[in-house]
Amino acid sequence: MKQILLMGNPNVGKSVVFSRLTGTDVIVSNYPGTTVEFTNGRMKLDSTRAEVIDVPGTYSLDPTTPAEQVATDMLAAGDVVVNIVDATNLERNLNLTLQLLSSGKPMVVALNMWDAAEHKGIRIDVAKLEELLGVPVVSTVAPSGRGINELVGRLEQAAAGTRSYEPDERWSQIGEIVEQVQVVEHRHHTVLESLADISLKPWTGIPLAVVFGFLAFALIRLIGEGLIGYLFEPLFENLWRPLMASLSALLGPGTFWHELLIGSLVDGQIDFVESLGMLTTGLFVPIGMVLPYIFAFYLVLGLIEDVGYLPRLGVLVDTIMHRMGLHGLTVIPMMLGLGCNVPGALSTRILETRRERFIAATLMAICVPCMAQIAMVVGLMGQSDNFTMGLFAVFGTLAVLWVALALIFRRVLPGEAPEIFVEIPPYRIPYAKAVAQKVWLRTRQFISEAVPYVLLGVFIVNILCLLNVIQFLGNVVSPVVTRLWGLPEEAIAALLIGFLRKDVAIGMLAPLGLSLKQLIIACTVLTIYFPCAATFAVLVREFGLRRMAKAALLMTTVALTVGGLLNLVL
Amino acid sequence: MIVSLTEMAPGQSGIVASLDGGWGMVRRMQAMGIRPGVPITKTTSQPFRGPVSVQVGNTEVALGFGLARRIMVEVPG
Repeated sequence: MKQILLMGNPNVGKSVVFSRLTGTDVIVSNYPGTTVEFTNGRMKLDSTRAEVIDVPGTYSLDPTTPAEQVATDMLAAGDVVVNIVDATNLERNLNLTLQLLSSGKPMVVALNMWDAAEHKGIRIDVAKLEELLGVPVVSTVAPSGRGINELVGRLEQAAAGTRSYEPDERWSQIGEIVEQVQVVEHRHHTVLESLADISLKPWTGIPLAVVFGFLAFALIRLIGEGLIGYLFEPLFENLWRPLMASLSALLGPGTFWHELLIGSLVDGQIDFVESLGMLTTGLFVPIGMVLPYIFAFYLVLGLIEDVGYLPRLGVLVDTIMHRMGLHGLTVIPMMLGLGCNVPGALSTRILETRRERFIAATLMAICVPCMAQIAMVVGLMGQSDNFTMGLFAVFGTLAVLWVALALIFRRVLPGEAPEIFVEIPPYRIPYAKAVAQKVWLRTRQFISEAVPYVLLGVFIVNILCLLNVIQFLGNVVSPVVTRLWGLPEEAIAALLIGFLRKDVAIGMLAPLGLSLKQLIIACTVLTIYFPCAATFAVLVREFGLRRMAKAALLMTTVALTVGGLLNLVL
Repeated sequence: MIVSLTEMAPGQSGIVASLDGGWGMVRRMQAMGIRPGVPITKTTSQPFRGPVSVQVGNTEVALGFGLARRIMVEVPG
């Protein structure tokens, strides 16, 4: 099968073109390094099928970074290259284009972001560029699909370029080409450009970041709570409860199937949080409590990503992050980790060195709770006597721990974080369709991956209870749980399930009647002591079992210490 | 007058004079469009020797203080 490679600078829209060509849904955002792993899909090409590969972005083929080495290696194996060029940045992008031309592979150039270029007053003579490069050139606007059909149509005309030059003449060649094909009209600063400026200037940018942060969280809470109050709770209460009540009467409380499917009744009633049946708690926790927040978080994150704010945040915090031995862009895995630790762990690949990636992933796994967990903590604390104090204590402890661990890593692991060197994308108004698609993709991932795990978790709890395993384990670890952390023995079941799903684990704390202090300790320890199964699997794949074994040891030690300290201090 | 990027004021423009670094550093700068002879504008700088951001062509790039110190720029005056 023919292999078509999509290659280009970072953040020029390769993934959007990929998804247009193959019909595959992929995550696209407005920052360099969204695609960290190559993705492949299929498309029809003159009645045969071809494989399309979305190669991670690279500025050149000089093997100066690992990403460039990967791109160079992939180029050798491909049959046809589609070089995606950012039309607003022709000169810089042509550096890679000329290098690709010298590889002698048949090639087509897509001048993407054509609309943005027009908007900026940049006009490019496509026919002339085609003549100079000797390969087909097509102007495209990938999110709207403009030019994509023409691009596909001209793939068969893909040709090895005719332009030859000495390697050290590359930049002068590029200068000549640009001079012949491009005309730039001077335009005044747009509102977006002015906003871009003030969000990067320290004296305006830092206050803006704080305001944006608060706004983002307020919005997530508003949407999440609104969905729960007006949609999900009424659905469960008015439609699902009568159904479950009939089923409960049919099965008869106390029987095996009743315990497994409905769970135990609280005051003769089904309690969606505390009953712990697969059809009651097993569905209500992921769908009724967590899903609304997942949706709200990804909607807000999607907007922030597509506007292009994240790299600016990375620059603003870079100075303070370097004091802690970290790179400014470490904020990106942390932000993604707040949604789910799995994509958070994968996004550490935007960091350059293995040391940095390991530190970022470990910090995230220990200190950054995912949205499923946050939603449950918020829900649980809502029932305690001091909501604000509870949340402040849990998230404050995690934040302090994050800083403390970063400083320890800095001393223990040799090496310094490399200096920041990143392209700052212009602010763009997000395409509504692209954001909607991304939210849908991530929410769907949550439903298809989390719901089965939650059901499995609830199933296991029931089986373990039936087999008295929890009581047995309770005796073994009770000194730690009861003496050191001051939690009741029943909390052990929750800690056990926390290895699988943190949201279910926190839900299991609900019936225990914990005091505020115990709730704080339990929620904090549940975040720290170990990542959930899915995250741990990804971390092992990324860093190997040996390093993760060390990290796991660290997590346990930290959980013991922090839990013990909180028990002493509070 | 030739000064390093870190000595320039935000908003000041000039022409890149030289890149004082090894082969890898020079290649990475070039790939982003920063190379001798190119007009460059410093857009912002973060306090306490934080990153500097510059505009070259239509690209805005942020670079750490240590990297910025090795980019020499010919400025008027």
